[in-house]
Amino acid sequence: MNDSQTNISSADTVQPIIKIAGMHKWYGDFHVLSDINLQVLPQEKIVICGPSGSGKSTLIRCINRLEEHQRGQIIVNGTELSNDIKNIEKVRAEVGMVFQHFNLFPHLTIVDNLTLGPIWVRKTPKKEAEELAMMYLEKVQIAEQAKKFPGQLSGGQQQRVAIARSLCMNPQVMLFDEPTSALDPEMIKEVLDVMIDLAEEGMTMLVVTHEMGFAKSVADRVMFMDEGEIVEQNSPDVFFDNPQHERTKLFLSQIL
Amino acid sequence: MTNATTAKREQLKPPISNVGIIGWLKSNLFSTWYNSLLSVIMLGMLALMLPPVFQWAFVDSLWYSSAEACRNIEGACWSVVPHNFRFIILGFFPEGQEWRPILAMVLLLGLVIYSKERSRWKKSLAWLWLVNLVVMGTLMYGGVLGMPVVETSQWSGLPLTLVLSFFGMVVAYPMGIFLALGRRSKMPAIKTLCVVYIEMIRGVPLISLLFMSSIMFPLFLPEGVTIDKVLRALIAIILFTAAYIAEVVRGGLQAMPRGQYEAADSLGLNYSQTMRLIILPQALKIVIPPSVGILLSVFKDTSLVVIIALYDVLKTTMVTLSNPEWAGYSKESYIFLALLYFAFCYAMSSYSRRLERELHTGH
Repeated sequence: MNDSQTNISSADTVQPIIKIAGMHKWYGDFHVLSDINLQVLPQEKIVICGPSGSGKSTLIRCINRLEEHQRGQIIVNGTELSNDIKNIEKVRAEVGMVFQHFNLFPHLTIVDNLTLGPIWVRKTPKKEAEELAMMYLEKVQIAEQAKKFPGQLSGGQQQRVAIARSLCMNPQVMLFDEPTSALDPEMIKEVLDVMIDLAEEGMTMLVVTHEMGFAKSVADRVMFMDEGEIVEQNSPDVFFDNPQHERTKLFLSQIL
Repeated sequence: MTNATTAKREQLKPPISNVGIIGWLKSNLFSTWYNSLLSVIMLGMLALMLPPVFQWAFVDSLWYSSAEACRNIEGACWSVVPHNFRFIILGFFPEGQEWRPILAMVLLLGLVIYSKERSRWKKSLAWLWLVNLVVMGTLMYGGVLGMPVVETSQWSGLPLTLVLSFFGMVVAYPMGIFLALGRRSKMPAIKTLCVVYIEMIRGVPLISLLFMSSIMFPLFLPEGVTIDKVLRALIAIILFTAAYIAEVVRGGLQAMPRGQYEAADSLGLNYSQTMRLIILPQALKIVIPPSVGILLSVFKDTSLVVIIALYDVLKTTMVTLSNPEWAGYSKESYIFLALLYFAFCYAMSSYSRRLERELHTGH
């Protein structure tokens, strides 16, 4: 099972930006992730799907150490994740994350939400950080809301701000943890459009989502997880038209 | 099309019985039969009680007379306050030096009022405070610029109350925040230390802490070393208050959703940045109401220092009343004192409500 990804990364000269080898994670006695092996190349877009409780969110949360793994290795951009807090902060600065519930800072204006990381982590001068923030707000088409507070925005707008906030750190990798699951249906598209733009610009992306249309049109690889294991991964054409495992077939029959 | 429909729709006025004085009376005093009954009873009691009180306080009263003149009246003898005003407010501060504590209080209150506006919360304000504190300390203690030294044992009345409560709050609040963070720390030694401290302090009354600081503590000091009595009382108040603040702040920290920590972490902010920029600003805003409750009780509890023979504004009032000339007029004196305390406390609590409103960001 674990050898399957080697044939995808055919370009041997390109170093993977994320390397996960033999990784296990437990919550107490519960074995939530079991023997995860995954290599992500720069600019690759991976969509992770699977039933709830399959460990897909936990997997991407391990990549920026919001969750601790107990065994195996995770190397992000050349830095191995361990208990060393300096390394963890280094990785987090390079890895952007978008949450299901946006998690904007409600006491700060939109523009202050965006400049926080650049100013305090990257030590960018305030004025420069604000220009950067406005640039990304324009990119997600929300610049006119810069002086408002998150509580005054709709869910879709908040999620676009959250994406812009991550982009302000100029990340090497973007992680998306069910970015559209908490949104009203009519707002899903505006967020997906931003993500598609991002993908077209060549961002490395790991996306946990149930949006199969997005997976088909954007993903280089679709991964199916169940019970803490990577059951199957393949290019979207193969994955959707010709799934290999029974569990994958069952899952796809339920959601498509 | 929209124009046509809006034009058709007539603007109706609300029914007359729902607006104006009648509407207000109806909805607030006579909405149901038992509310009406309660209203009638209350109005009746007020009608019985208010006139005599009014008569005593304002009609039969004397406002600025000698003690002798007061003997012959039925009403309130407010004269007790202006006659003893200097002693009630300034206590034993030496004659002829009154301008010093008064100027110090004006400086303190002036700067507090200046600091109310959030737009003025800048680094320069912190420096202004620091300079002001030095100036106030110099004014009170003296010893320079030809001002004779006034030992802290002579500090009394309102300046003492303000010194104890103001510094009690200002030092205890940050200390309480650190204790709260310590109690939530992952490091067992720090956590245990904070838990033990908080629970121990909360387990004893303030009076016993004051006793300990004034009577027991000096016994442990080497001979010849003395720590100022006011300072010892102040430290007791700070230690006491900080433990309570810590628990209130901890409540605020626990109310913070985990997503806020995660969002801060995922940006690469370190622990102190996360706390300073993300968690504490929100957590402290949540706990404004209970924090103000604690600060108000600190202000009032400073009157407990009478038991270690410090003369705060309550004690100076009591001393006034022990003067045979004014002995019978405790009602009037205590009403004045109550109004004085109320003025400070009400100012604090209304400011806290304003701060809450200003910090509300629509979520």
